Amino acid sequence: MSDKPIRLKIKRQNTPDSSPYWEEFSVPYTPGHNVISVLMEIQKNPVNSRGEKTSPVVWECNCLEEVCGACTMLINGGVRQACSALIDKIGRELTLEPITKFPVVRDLHVDRGKMFEALKKVGAWIPIDGTYDMGEGPRMAPKDQEEGYRLAKCMTCGCCMEACPQYNSRSSFIGPAPTVQVRLFNLHPTGAMNRSERLETLMEKGGIAECGNAQNCVRVCPKEVPLTKTLAELNKDVDLYAIFGMLKK
Amino acid sequence: MNNRIIIVGGGLAGLMSAIKAAEAGCGVDLFSLVPVRRSHSVCAQGGINGCVQPTREGDSPDEHFDDTVYGGDFLANQTPVRDMCHAAPAIIKLMDRMGVMFNRTPEGNLDFRAFGGAKYRRTAFSGATTGQQLLYALDEQVRRLEVEGKITKYEFWEFLGAVLDDDGTCRGISALDMRTMEVRTFPADAVIMAVGGPGVIFGKSTNSAINTGTAAASLYTQGVRYANGEFIQVHPTAIQGIDKLRLMSESARGEGGRIWTYRDGKPWYFLEEKYPAYGNLVPRDIATREIFHVCVDMKLGIEGKNQVYLDLTHIPAETLNRKLGGILEIYEKFAGEDPRKKPMKVFPGVHYSMGGIWVDYDQMTNVPGLFAAGECDYQYHGANRLGANALLSCIYSGMVAGPAAARFANGLHKAAEDSRDGCFDREKRRQQEIFSNIYRMNGSENPYRMANELGELMTENVTVVRYNDRLKATDEKLKELQERWRSLNVLDTSRGTANQAVQFVRQLKYMLEMARVITVGALLRNESRGAHYKPEFPERDDARFLKTTIADYAPSGPRISYQEVDLGYIKPRPRVYDVEKKVGTRKEGDQHER
Repeated sequence: MSDKPIRLKIKRQNTPDSSPYWEEFSVPYTPGHNVISVLMEIQKNPVNSRGEKTSPVVWECNCLEEVCGACTMLINGGVRQACSALIDKIGRELTLEPITKFPVVRDLHVDRGKMFEALKKVGAWIPIDGTYDMGEGPRMAPKDQEEGYRLAKCMTCGCCMEACPQYNSRSSFIGPAPTVQVRLFNLHPTGAMNRSERLETLMEKGGIAECGNAQNCVRVCPKEVPLTKTLAELNKDVDLYAIFGMLKK
Repeated sequence: MNNRIIIVGGGLAGLMSAIKAAEAGCGVDLFSLVPVRRSHSVCAQGGINGCVQPTREGDSPDEHFDDTVYGGDFLANQTPVRDMCHAAPAIIKLMDRMGVMFNRTPEGNLDFRAFGGAKYRRTAFSGATTGQQLLYALDEQVRRLEVEGKITKYEFWEFLGAVLDDDGTCRGISALDMRTMEVRTFPADAVIMAVGGPGVIFGKSTNSAINTGTAAASLYTQGVRYANGEFIQVHPTAIQGIDKLRLMSESARGEGGRIWTYRDGKPWYFLEEKYPAYGNLVPRDIATREIFHVCVDMKLGIEGKNQVYLDLTHIPAETLNRKLGGILEIYEKFAGEDPRKKPMKVFPGVHYSMGGIWVDYDQMTNVPGLFAAGECDYQYHGANRLGANALLSCIYSGMVAGPAAARFANGLHKAAEDSRDGCFDREKRRQQEIFSNIYRMNGSENPYRMANELGELMTENVTVVRYNDRLKATDEKLKELQERWRSLNVLDTSRGTANQAVQFVRQLKYMLEMARVITVGALLRNESRGAHYKPEFPERDDARFLKTTIADYAPSGPRISYQEVDLGYIKPRPRVYDVEKKVGTRKEGDQHER
């Protein structure tokens, strides 16, 4: 067992427009590897299982401690970060694929720009008057801070988007991650001043009505963001706003 | 015509510079290797320092200033450090206004915790992912300015070099589109570099994969001066890994965590024993040397390995989850044990560069129109950075650089477009030539293996304990690696799409240049100060070395000179942490009360 190598089957693609192909690799096992460190071994010896020289695999990563969200990929069919996928836990047979909901740039590297565009759409910021010194921020109860912090840990990694059956090329749904950020900014005392605008964007096409409540998102979130609970609360917020909020206008 | 400012880097310093430059009415082009929300600032854990409540416990911004200068072993220029510490409370309040989910007291006020090298609780924090939360808040403000059309982002672009006109003024940058591999130049009326630290030169470090120091090194080869390169912070507590060292925040000790190992079969709290006044919260350089000594010299590491315990098991799990959740998660995920129940095993790891691009008090480099801010500048930490001062200095230096760059742009005689005296074409051709040479490299050596070799060499010889004979041998070895760099194989000859190997071959060339700056600076500094420790010269030598190291590029290697340090406020005194810190003697003319 101990000298059994790590075997990888990697779905590769040379350009955004070319067809994908599979390439297999074998990397000697040492304890403590994760998927990134295995890919780094391939960089140091870019030869595939058939003994042919090949180009190193292209992928995205940065922090390597599961806080930046860059290295999301499909590992043995499941979406997760590669850095925290420890070989000693997941085994030595690996299939790596790019996530499917975003266009491929090359190999495992995809373009998740759409997620950041969605954050623009929902107004995911506190509209401050400027960065000059205007004194203290609003007070906040510790329990509100704790709720906000749980939502603020979302690292825009795209796991929930990959798992969501409603988020796809045929639908206009902006997806769980950007939707849930509305709740974060609406619960902040200053952010709440623009609560209605944010709720209105969630009532538009691509908004929360398109969530099918499959609950896949919360199961794959690496940061344990309370996605389904928050989506349910936002649904309520939107419904109440639709009934009462609009009347006040 | 609107002035345009280019900002390179989307961490805290870059984002804050961008916001400030946009507020000053400039159009901003923001370049980053990664979507800015994934920048390395995201890794900072413990908190941000600032004396927000001066009456509490008797703290004051001047005390923060004194702690920072003293903690940095008096090598930092005092005027900008003082300005930073006085600006700190307003910065924390600003970040709070932006919606950062800082931990709160029962009354709903900001909560503060203790940190290394300070006797007062002045560190605001957001769980143990404070850097992430601050970065996100600035990212959100920048997104808002993007929607307003004031900032344009170029993500997945790598900075290559400065465009310098015939007078040596910076007129823009050259950059690589990492998806299409196209080289382009971009004009600007001023450029701010916020490109982070060079940890990857040491192979494994707590830094992110993009922290190669390449952008700063590339500018250095264009004549930009680099200061105090030899001052590299090695953080006392990181978990070991094959691909990187994962930081276990100083805040673990700030919340009561204890460092120990076994001696004669019993727990030995060596920091508490040796430094009764500060205990586990001695500054990082000191904690690191002690842990290193206990493991390497005394061979008392846990299980006979290079590791000691960082113990939180005496603290209630509920408190730990609320205040340190982020790092507990990292430890559980990567080390596979629950730190609430079992002490964590840690060892020092390369973490931060106090040194960086030389800047004046407006954050401008020696090249007119080129500014630097954040970890890549040298300005605020002297010979050793205090914990939770990095997030502060990144935001503060961005607040200085943004408006200063806008002022420079306003005063510029000819706008960038009018100065096309060939300097843009020249720079583009220079960069294209570098790449076409790299595409042709078909030698026998593998760039990633060479980077490993570089990392091991630097970690072995240019970190915690430094000896002149070994530093000399290291520089020889680095010259040899520079020669061998020519016989690299590029591994990937494909053109047109995201060729990371080509990028890395180029980065490695500049990592070797920067490694020499660090090594030669260390070799020539015959004293011990802050993070720089030589057993052959164990004392601080103010007469000869209370000076800033300046490295100028020459093809044969760095030319080192020295510059006086601004000691305008606090007189240097011996730095000790076994007894309470004495209040700094003020120089005459200082009006500030303590």
